[in-house]
Amino acid sequence: MAAPALSPAGLRVDRVQKNAILSVANLEIARGGRPLFDGLAFALAPTQLAVVTGANGSGKTTLLRTLAGLQVPTAGAILVNGIPVRQIARDLVTPIAFQGHLEGLNQDLTVAENMHFYRRLWGGDLPIAALAQELRLDEYLERKVRHLSAGQKRRTALGCLRLRPATLWLLDEPLTNLDQLGVDLVTAWLQAHLSSGGVAVVATHQAERLALRAHFAVEL
Amino acid sequence: MGTISWRWFHLLASPPYVFRLAGQLGPWLAAATVVTLAAGTYGGLVLAPPDYLQGDGFRIIYVHVPSAYIGLMAYVLMASAAACGFIWRIKLAHAVAVSAAPVGASFTFLALVTGAVWGKPMWGTYWQWADARLVSELVLLFLYLGYMLLRAAFDDRDKGDRISAILAAVGVVNVPIIHFSVEWWSTLHQGPTISRLDAPAITMDMLAPLLIMIAGFTLCFAWLVLRRLQAEILEREARTRWVEQLVTQGAV
Amino acid sequence: MASFTSVFARDLKIAIRRWSELATPLIFFVIIASLFPFALSPDVAVLRSAGTGILWIAALLSSLLALDGLFRTDMEDGSMEQLILSPASLGLLVFAKICAHWVVSALPLIVLAPLLALSFYLPVDALPTLIFALALATPTLSALAAIGAALTVSLRTGGGLIGLLVLPLTAPVLIFGTRATDMAVHGEPVLGPLYLLGALAAFCLALGPLAASAALRVSVE
Repeated sequence: MAAPALSPAGLRVDRVQKNAILSVANLEIARGGRPLFDGLAFALAPTQLAVVTGANGSGKTTLLRTLAGLQVPTAGAILVNGIPVRQIARDLVTPIAFQGHLEGLNQDLTVAENMHFYRRLWGGDLPIAALAQELRLDEYLERKVRHLSAGQKRRTALGCLRLRPATLWLLDEPLTNLDQLGVDLVTAWLQAHLSSGGVAVVATHQAERLALRAHFAVEL
Repeated sequence: MGTISWRWFHLLASPPYVFRLAGQLGPWLAAATVVTLAAGTYGGLVLAPPDYLQGDGFRIIYVHVPSAYIGLMAYVLMASAAACGFIWRIKLAHAVAVSAAPVGASFTFLALVTGAVWGKPMWGTYWQWADARLVSELVLLFLYLGYMLLRAAFDDRDKGDRISAILAAVGVVNVPIIHFSVEWWSTLHQGPTISRLDAPAITMDMLAPLLIMIAGFTLCFAWLVLRRLQAEILEREARTRWVEQLVTQGAV
Repeated sequence: MASFTSVFARDLKIAIRRWSELATPLIFFVIIASLFPFALSPDVAVLRSAGTGILWIAALLSSLLALDGLFRTDMEDGSMEQLILSPASLGLLVFAKICAHWVVSALPLIVLAPLLALSFYLPVDALPTLIFALALATPTLSALAAIGAALTVSLRTGGGLIGLLVLPLTAPVLIFGTRATDMAVHGEPVLGPLYLLGALAAFCLALGPLAASAALRVSVE
């Protein structure tokens, strides 16, 4: 095992804070058998934001997927509301909403159908028409996702994210393919989410576009 | 008591320890195999009296029955090891399953071949679809091949281990179902001229060599699996320090 | 319950929009069955005795083909990740997908099968049993095919391997299904094999989605 351990900047002590929604302790992640980094530790209390930056291939996506519970770390613990992330009981309201590189939209369904599906599956209650207007997708509601542009697909995916009630947001490169209006919208939503007591981890290599103050900066 | 059993459990999950243990047990198992098989063969070929119905032809059961038994037992072992590896994420358990699979498959194949050889004088043909046991063994061979091919199809070894562990679990649950339905099916279609590959009415002097052969085959299986396990461990741990040390010492 | 119906409705909608993909396994069913007279003989006696077996094998292979891509699209567009992370249990969602695909792939097959049976000179009296037996057997075949699909979904070329993995497991269904049909052809009471088919269906539908979800979670890593 020869790869150097990368210590992220902005490390906090791994003492678990009492009111932390997300606690990460001693996290070590490998990809394809090669270690990416180890010793990562931080905790997010309500309204706190962590921003993950790094070059391509540094492990931002792997980190976010591991935080979501989709992948297993080589070592360390990830607790959401005190429960290990892979053992979260699927209650009516899942605490996690994850948005990765893939949009999660079925190409043969319309924008409206995809949104209705996610809202129903997650038990959300936001009105879709108003949401579509905010996203400037109201004219495209009845269009199949297959016929949307990349930016429109990304906005649809973000709309579906909004329809999933969750306290922890994990966003992997949310600003891809978005114009300035889109970026402003994401910033506003993040702000609202954090203000209402949520937490978020955002991986991006356009951190400067995201006009929000991060409580933790993880540099991979 | 608790600490002792935990330590043992940890040791069993440690590749260098198991590698060394396998190396130490190897020669003993080999010797025991040779002795037991020799005793069983002698008993089966020489000491046991010829069957009043089948003459000397029945003696093939001394290879057929143990092979069939090992084939089935190996599958259960493989599925159990794979399940342990899956549930508790013990890589070594997957290595055991992977090592046991080809050996079990080979014994199953041997059972099929010896079954065919046994059947020829009785049925006039080398294969008889109406024989439930042979057909069940054929299906078992397919299950083995499925496991091995599925694992081989994955480039990511860890993923391949766990996916094929699920397949092994599904298989082991289905084996009794398949066996029962094939039995049932063969009883429906049995003509009067087909006789089943049952061991003939068995007396002690026929049974004893059979039991010895079963023991011998089990030892042989254990020896083969441990040899493969050593190779598998070396391959999986190729870049670790303890393996590099072994290589420089010329021990491998 | 909302999670079951939402996934069921969604998959049904998607499947109907991709109706050309539904047609292929059905046509396959007819083609396989049609090749047998060429391979065996068009003789009435031969086809009548082999007809049951031909039909069931063709149904088996067609079911396998129909569910081959059950999870692939969702894996590729990222929906599978969301399903795994959703509040509902993945096993239930997989069960909903299997149900939706059964509706669009097995029901048409059950409608076509009696027509093919008649073409193989099987008696009309045997048709209700055939339909009922297929109705009990196709859920099992769907569940087993779903397991195979989940196991191979992260492989680039999974197609042929599914058959190798799943077909040995379908032997019991084949045995009981053909037995029920044959008994009906000869006018004998068929309850025994039908009960066994039902038991198999219950067993596979209960455990199949669990095995498939485990495989999906591993595949998504």
